[in-house]
Amino acid sequence: MILARVVGTVVATRKDPRLEGQKLLIVKPISPEGHDEAGYVIAVDTVGAGNREKVLLVGGSSARLAEGCKDKPVDQAIIAIVDSVDLDK
Amino acid sequence: MLIGRVIGEMVATEKHASHVGCTALIVQPLELDGTNRGNAVIAFDSIGVGIGECVLLTTEGYSAMTSVGRPNSPIDTAVIGVIDLVEIGGAPSSAFPVRMRKDE
Amino acid sequence: MQLGRVIGRIWATVKDPGLHAQRLMVVQPLTPELTPTGKQIICADGTGSVGAGELIYWCGGKESSFPFLPTEVPTNATIVGIVDELHVERDRC
Repeated sequence: MILARVVGTVVATRKDPRLEGQKLLIVKPISPEGHDEAGYVIAVDTVGAGNREKVLLVGGSSARLAEGCKDKPVDQAIIAIVDSVDLDK
Repeated sequence: MLIGRVIGEMVATEKHASHVGCTALIVQPLELDGTNRGNAVIAFDSIGVGIGECVLLTTEGYSAMTSVGRPNSPIDTAVIGVIDLVEIGGAPSSAFPVRMRKDE
Repeated sequence: MQLGRVIGRIWATVKDPGLHAQRLMVVQPLTPELTPTGKQIICADGTGSVGAGELIYWCGGKESSFPFLPTEVPTNATIVGIVDELHVERDRC
């Protein structure tokens, strides 16, 4: 799992039928300190995350264990909205 | 999943039996500013897309092989959607002009 | 999947039993314009007949072991087809 920030959305009408009704968000990985890191992914939102929110992202086959993603073509899922991150100095 | 653009097609006769009947596309993965992200890949088409279209690309095996109806097949990448609109920071992104299909 | 060209072959006597009788090919990954990109890799041969210099496409990840089922071959890259033709139109994008 990694921390990420929601930066956008993707709208797709023609898609795999198993993705019907799923919200697709664009997220960018961030460091635990909150700094943007390189790259992005498109993830299925299972928790109702909003723009600029800090979220927890799970990738790979584990993404299909998220709520409502069973047996769906989901390779990245947002599974939590992060309230705070405490780091030891 | 990534955003990609279909830039071509590949034809292969001698291939794994489970690949017979699949359309093989050449897809260039894209960054959020519309520039190329790494090398173009071979992706199977589960939707019926055309060259030039902006697509949703999965690079994970289960998602790819089940989307084209070939479970337990050596398929690691597939097109599983056509992108109509990309919004960045709440506003439509100009980096991804949406193309209409040839038959529309 | 990605494009590649077969540039060599590897023989190994001592190897994992799952690799028994598997042809192991050295592959140079290519762009759609057929220029080399990235490091050469070793692929199992899922076609069983690929030869030197041929343009192929290969699959990565766990899925690359599926052509050999029910034998579990410990590979993470496998040649799955021989390319006849490529049609690339970057300028239309």
